[in-house]
Amino acid sequence: MHIPDGFLDAKTLVAASALSVVGLGRALWVLRTRMSSRKVPLMGLAAAFLFVAQMINFPVVGGTSGHLLGAVLAAVLLGPSEAILVMSVVLIAQAFLFADGGVLALGANVFNMGIAAVLGGYFFYRLVAAAVRTDYGKLVGAAFGAWASTVLASICCTGELAWSGTVAWSVGFPAMTGIHMLIGVGEAMITALVLTAVYRARPYLMSAKDGGAAEPGARPFAGVLIYGGLITLGLVLFVLPFASKWPDGLEKVAAAVGFDAKAVSAPLVSSPLAEYRVPGIGSLSAATALAGIGGAVLVFTVSFVLAKALHRKSGAEGRGPGSGT
Amino acid sequence: MRHDYWDRYSRIDSPVHRRPAALKAAAALGLILVTVVPPHPPVFLLASVAVLLLILIAASRIPPVFFLERLLFFEPFILTVAALALFQPAGFPKFVTLVVKSTLSLITVILLANATPFHEVLRVLRGIHVPSVFVTLLALMYRYIFVLADETQRMRRARQSRTFGRRRERTWILLSRIVGQLFLRSTERAERIYAAMSARGWK
Repeated sequence: MHIPDGFLDAKTLVAASALSVVGLGRALWVLRTRMSSRKVPLMGLAAAFLFVAQMINFPVVGGTSGHLLGAVLAAVLLGPSEAILVMSVVLIAQAFLFADGGVLALGANVFNMGIAAVLGGYFFYRLVAAAVRTDYGKLVGAAFGAWASTVLASICCTGELAWSGTVAWSVGFPAMTGIHMLIGVGEAMITALVLTAVYRARPYLMSAKDGGAAEPGARPFAGVLIYGGLITLGLVLFVLPFASKWPDGLEKVAAAVGFDAKAVSAPLVSSPLAEYRVPGIGSLSAATALAGIGGAVLVFTVSFVLAKALHRKSGAEGRGPGSGT
Repeated sequence: MRHDYWDRYSRIDSPVHRRPAALKAAAALGLILVTVVPPHPPVFLLASVAVLLLILIAASRIPPVFFLERLLFFEPFILTVAALALFQPAGFPKFVTLVVKSTLSLITVILLANATPFHEVLRVLRGIHVPSVFVTLLALMYRYIFVLADETQRMRRARQSRTFGRRRERTWILLSRIVGQLFLRSTERAERIYAAMSARGWK
């Protein structure tokens, strides 16, 4: 999901960078008011941890493998503002060290994966954790939040590509989001498994208030306002213009596909499109929305079952293997 | 693992490497801007950027094979996303423009990354008044990526040498435990680093 340079036009680059600077500024400001100098090495190491954790490949089917994005993992273990900072640091280093994600597109990548993914995922995590109110509620929330974070980041990414005129929304949205609804399941599983491993080794972390959200100096209301406003603004800019005219766009694309069918390699995009529609429902937007909601409900159920299984298992086995040397 | 494994050519000597980091960063940014921002860049512009990059690559003494490896790694992703642009009126020219634009930008960044040691990039960032906490975080992260990558490698080796007939469906659980353990070790290491930094008069 790292957008390379060349895919976004000037207005999108400027808008995404502005949103990212505001989000990062807010995160830095929050942390400056309550960050003891002790926390600086911790966050540096957390960034290095995420960087390395993203490189560990989890085998999927065949030769393919997936890896962690870690936005929600970081938000749960460190706190949302900390996670924004840590994810951004990782993304900047990836851009400058590996050329993974563009340099000009850094603003967009930080917004998608560092801000929208962290805050969106964290929002669902807190929502579920508050609703379920048991230990495994945190796991359910983290798993579902991790899935939501991946999907949200991919939606923002598609919106930016569409706003730049690079990819038509009606093609990009089903393809990108459809794929990331699957990738998100992997993210959810890894997040839940890693959290279980951490909590088994250090049970006190589970009951601890995460991220010091209740620490003095933090103003939760202002945070919700600014961060919520940022996400909303991002969605309004990148997604809303397209979400309102789906059928129209699709007609155009159908014409375009029909027009130069020879130039198009059909299997690339048609399969997620087909999977993603519920047959028998006329309007595509309604069908997409329904498929999306259905997917979300399914993933939530799976998260719930997974978390319950993990929680029971860790309870039965007691303490896991020690931290070693 | 050698600590400079990933950007291992950033410390060799060449006319390009000897330029000041700020100049290289500004030049790279300029090149990318020129390549990316015009919606319909004229062919001679892209061609001249490409020629300039080729000259710089030759001058930098970084093996061209290294550039090819990196390009091959990222190109599939670029092609996949660019292929989505085919589903538009006049999709094919757009597809070609996208691929050329992003490939040129990619080469520019690979060249910058491997012609400039990271600590010099950090100095440039400090020079343009990026908040110092942020630069410190970047520096700490760069310093410890390699340590933690080594630590992960050791944990995986230890696990592999102890687990016989590993079942495939356990792989995710095992890998997740390694990731979880890596997090705990990172936080504990952070405590020790803080103590060591404080002992040397930091902050």
